[in-house]
Amino acid sequence: MHHVVLDRWSRGSSPLHRRDARAKIVAALVFLIVLATAHRSFIPLAFAYFAILIAAGFVAGLPVFAVLKRAAVVLPFTAVFAAISVAAGEPMRAAVLVVKSYLSALAVLILVSTTPLPELLRGLECMGVPRYLLMVIQFLHRYLFVISEEAQHMCVAAQTKSGSMRRSLFHGSRFNAAAGALSVLFARSYGHAEGVYQAMLARGFQGHFRTFANPVFRKADAVFVLAALAVLAGVRLVLEVWS
Amino acid sequence: MQALIDVRDLHFQYDDGTVALSGVDFQLFPGETVAVLGANGSGKTTFVLHLNGLLKGNGSVTVCGMPVERDTLTAVRQKVGLIFQDSDNQLFMPTVIEDVAFGPLNLGLDRHEAAVRARTALHEVGMAHACEKAPYHLSAGEKKRVAIAGILAMRPEILVLDEPTTFLDPPGQNALLELLDRLPQAKILVTHDVDCARVLANRAVFFDKGRITGEGSVEEVIGRFNWDRTALKRQATSRL
Repeated sequence: MHHVVLDRWSRGSSPLHRRDARAKIVAALVFLIVLATAHRSFIPLAFAYFAILIAAGFVAGLPVFAVLKRAAVVLPFTAVFAAISVAAGEPMRAAVLVVKSYLSALAVLILVSTTPLPELLRGLECMGVPRYLLMVIQFLHRYLFVISEEAQHMCVAAQTKSGSMRRSLFHGSRFNAAAGALSVLFARSYGHAEGVYQAMLARGFQGHFRTFANPVFRKADAVFVLAALAVLAGVRLVLEVWS
Repeated sequence: MQALIDVRDLHFQYDDGTVALSGVDFQLFPGETVAVLGANGSGKTTFVLHLNGLLKGNGSVTVCGMPVERDTLTAVRQKVGLIFQDSDNQLFMPTVIEDVAFGPLNLGLDRHEAAVRARTALHEVGMAHACEKAPYHLSAGEKKRVAIAGILAMRPEILVLDEPTTFLDPPGQNALLELLDRLPQAKILVTHDVDCARVLANRAVFFDKGRITGEGSVEEVIGRFNWDRTALKRQATSRL
């Protein structure tokens, strides 16, 4: 199944995978803040950060090209705002927006590709993120799997009837049928999701996922956070002074 | 002898107005396996969802002397292990061992004890080798076994199995029946598979339109409601 790729990546054993989730979350936050507030000498900085992220991908043993491709999923959303900036006569601002959003997505993708979701959520919980929000993320994640699975089953069913849901969606005369299929997809996913939730309740679920892992923040995690902070801030400082 | 499950005058209506249960009385005693037979839509699954507190109707449901209420749900869910028809619904954690340990962790056991229980349960169902596998990589029979292990790890006194043999090939069905036969818990078996009922159950009840309309030995109930393919088999044999 395609939807389990991130989950599979997150269960590696690289040095990056072994770091405590909290350390990785802090490092990612530092990255996002340093990137978001950067203005001067942005082009060399973007290249430097891109190289750091690629290096992190290699260290984590991730398929870097696939990760780069997946991070591009954010581009259609930022493209709208970039287009507005271009229309307003600020093409540089548009480019910075696109690059910043892509690098941010890449950083977050590397974080979730090196940390299994239960550990990531546990790390966020330890850092004071509201439990209700985390529960929403847990269920969103679980039910995205459900919808994806149902969609795959329906695609197979459509293909056996010599159809293709994707082709139908972009074919005017068949749009109604495709829209109907989408509504069925959500109805089926809803039913399936309810089954999953009932099974969880039947096994004593009380709104809190407990994991096997017992997170311990080690010296190596502290060193990792400090190193990330030093490298990210250092690179920016050096480039800004140099410029 | 005190009944493990005691259901009195249970009524339930879904939000869309469908009356699913209309006055069900039922008892399950220690060591018993009861087959619940009946047509699709007769209320069998709705009935068993009440035993675990997943649905709440009018009437009384008592499990091991505890009324099934909001305050007792945790204890009730530990006593009654519900194994769903579709194992895919029941396997939602990333690895088999994490999935089986899900229930024990929710019971408040520490990680070590939960892991021990999970490994023991997997060993019991013959799936100890699959601990680190992802559930979606398993065959239908293996998924069913892991789903059962997930329930056994909670050490329930009662097992409720909804269509346990669905999606399994005949060797898979046989292996599952052997496994279930070995388990000492009292069982409720919701099934269309009369062979499964014959092998495992020592009593059967028949559901029709939300109520129990027949009760007795498995053969009696199958015979009374013509719930078998014997006539068809005879026809086929005579054609040969």
